[in-house]
Amino acid sequence: MSHYSHKTTRFERNLATREAPWVKWTLLTLSLSFFVLFLILPLVSVFFEALRKGWEVYLLSITEETALAAIKLTVLIAIISVPLNLVFGVAAAWLIAKHDFRGKQLLTTFIDLPFSVSPVIVGLMYMLVFGANGWFGSWLVEHDLKVIFAVPGIVLATIFVTFPFVARELIPLMQAQGRDEEEAAVVLGANGWQTLWYVTLPNVKWGLLYGVILSNARAMGEFGAVSVVSGKIRGQTNTMPLHVEILYNEYNFAAAFAVASLLALLALVTLVIKTRVEHRASSHFNASHMVPADINTLSPRVVP
Amino acid sequence: MSIEVRNIHKRFGNFTALNDISLNFESGQLVALLGPSGCGKTTLLRIIAGLEQADSGIVTLEGEDASISSVRERQVGFVFQHYALFKHMTVFDNVAFGMRMKPRAQRPSKQEIKDKVHELLNLVQLDWLADRYPSQLSGGQRQRIALARALAVEPRVLLLDEPFGALDAKVRKELRRWLRKLHDELHITSIFVTHDQEEALEVADNVVLMDHGRVEQVGTPEEVYNHPATPFVYSFLGSVNLFHGRVEEEGLRVGADAVPHTQDNFTEGSEVFAFVRPHELQIVTDTGYTQGVAAKVVRVLSFGVSARVELDGLDRDKDQHFEVELTQAQVAGLALTPGQHVRLVPSRLKLFDRPGYVSADAVSNPASV
Repeated sequence: MSHYSHKTTRFERNLATREAPWVKWTLLTLSLSFFVLFLILPLVSVFFEALRKGWEVYLLSITEETALAAIKLTVLIAIISVPLNLVFGVAAAWLIAKHDFRGKQLLTTFIDLPFSVSPVIVGLMYMLVFGANGWFGSWLVEHDLKVIFAVPGIVLATIFVTFPFVARELIPLMQAQGRDEEEAAVVLGANGWQTLWYVTLPNVKWGLLYGVILSNARAMGEFGAVSVVSGKIRGQTNTMPLHVEILYNEYNFAAAFAVASLLALLALVTLVIKTRVEHRASSHFNASHMVPADINTLSPRVVP
Repeated sequence: MSIEVRNIHKRFGNFTALNDISLNFESGQLVALLGPSGCGKTTLLRIIAGLEQADSGIVTLEGEDASISSVRERQVGFVFQHYALFKHMTVFDNVAFGMRMKPRAQRPSKQEIKDKVHELLNLVQLDWLADRYPSQLSGGQRQRIALARALAVEPRVLLLDEPFGALDAKVRKELRRWLRKLHDELHITSIFVTHDQEEALEVADNVVLMDHGRVEQVGTPEEVYNHPATPFVYSFLGSVNLFHGRVEEEGLRVGADAVPHTQDNFTEGSEVFAFVRPHELQIVTDTGYTQGVAAKVVRVLSFGVSARVELDGLDRDKDQHFEVELTQAQVAGLALTPGQHVRLVPSRLKLFDRPGYVSADAVSNPASV
């Protein structure tokens, strides 16, 4: 929120709008102590526990065979599910924000569904559909296809859980921008793809990137849905969050926290990128809405 | 290119935006669609462009039914009220957009595009802004770029939706004159939507007056101003004074007063609206005078070329206000003071029937019906 800082300062300096000091300090103390107690301290403790037995153990824990397999699988899942969600998200947002059709409200509700369904239920849903005793279970066995307890199942569960992130990020942005530019493009002869590619997407690129980052963070960190469908086969269907849980349950705390620290690092990196994107997006937004006050004096010519 | 719309109907839910509109736009003309907000003028423009679908009725462009062709195929230039410039592109890229979107076979070469863009930017006199972004331009400049962009695809017809609506009064006036000049050079059939009667009368060859989804009158600015066909047109084109009255043998009966009138195509006893423009009313200060409507002076505004006198009707129940426009010399001669009782005598009176009006006499004396 650094781009607002100059405004806040001016607001705060103004006697008429300034809160009493005790209000200010109480609020600050409250929020800061909450922040330290529930966010900073646990995060620091993860790194502390990870490095408690020294660097060697730490490195060994994350380069050990099953750990590497978990990291690879997690990255693979993200590489598959994030681009798919990018495409789905853009398509859904484009439909909802720029077109009118029957059942639009229903589609909007469906996009929010993954947010309201518990991830464990999501996993169970896929078990019921693709599991050995599920609807397609026997058909899948006949054709020697593995979905549950294999990579496809994990990908499906991850896509479901992360589905809303891109669309949810784009819909309000696209709606706020209206349809004027798209209409202008169409009147000028652009077809649907050209309009999407040259007009709509460039206008939402920062929001899109933001949605992708959030989607990626969730895809790599997803536990509940994945834990149901993965089967937790070490070295095969174990993602990083699942690997951490197994190590922890085996009282292998140093290794568990070492892998967990990687996820925490990912979270921190995501946070940094997200902040920068937000900053870029807001400065981009401000620039596009700022008209220099003296613009008319710049014009050397007058309309006849 | 000539444009014809026939029996266009359009509803939005329960709201009738267009009710059986049929119009003919001749080739090479600059036509204004004029009316208050919500009268359907923008909807009609968007239907002609193909951005909106009519519920029924057809649009023909040069005799061809356009209903089947998509927006892209209609080759119309559309200028939006809020410019709709592509924010992330430079002025040059904005103007070049239409040419770059053409299928490869029809697309001009890079050099041709470049030449054409500079030609158009010169036409709107903004060539020096080619590398700027829309956010760096003033409103008037943005609208001229939007116009250049629309012209880049060599449209057969130019449609402008409240093109000057978002600009301040001074820039509006300049751009208005400039648009007229541009049209005289290009002779491209143009329709523009406006709610500003001055703008429509000043710029257009023909004016289409619309209200509540209907066409009220079509004609040249002179025709619609001097011979308004309906009460709506009369009151929409400039300030008016309105009297409710009944036609009688000796003149028009307005409340307790009698006003002389010259229109003889109204039968005696018919209830009418009578309109008078502010400059068509005379103020008589002679207290012995019995003709005209009695009123009381409220305010005298004597600045500018002409002076305006604001008056109230004497009938308190009706809460009537009048406005009279006089020359400065006339006002000085009358020496009016606020509160003074005077009589208003119209030099020209325009009467319209009051449809569906039941006169007070008819109610109190049903036997006479």
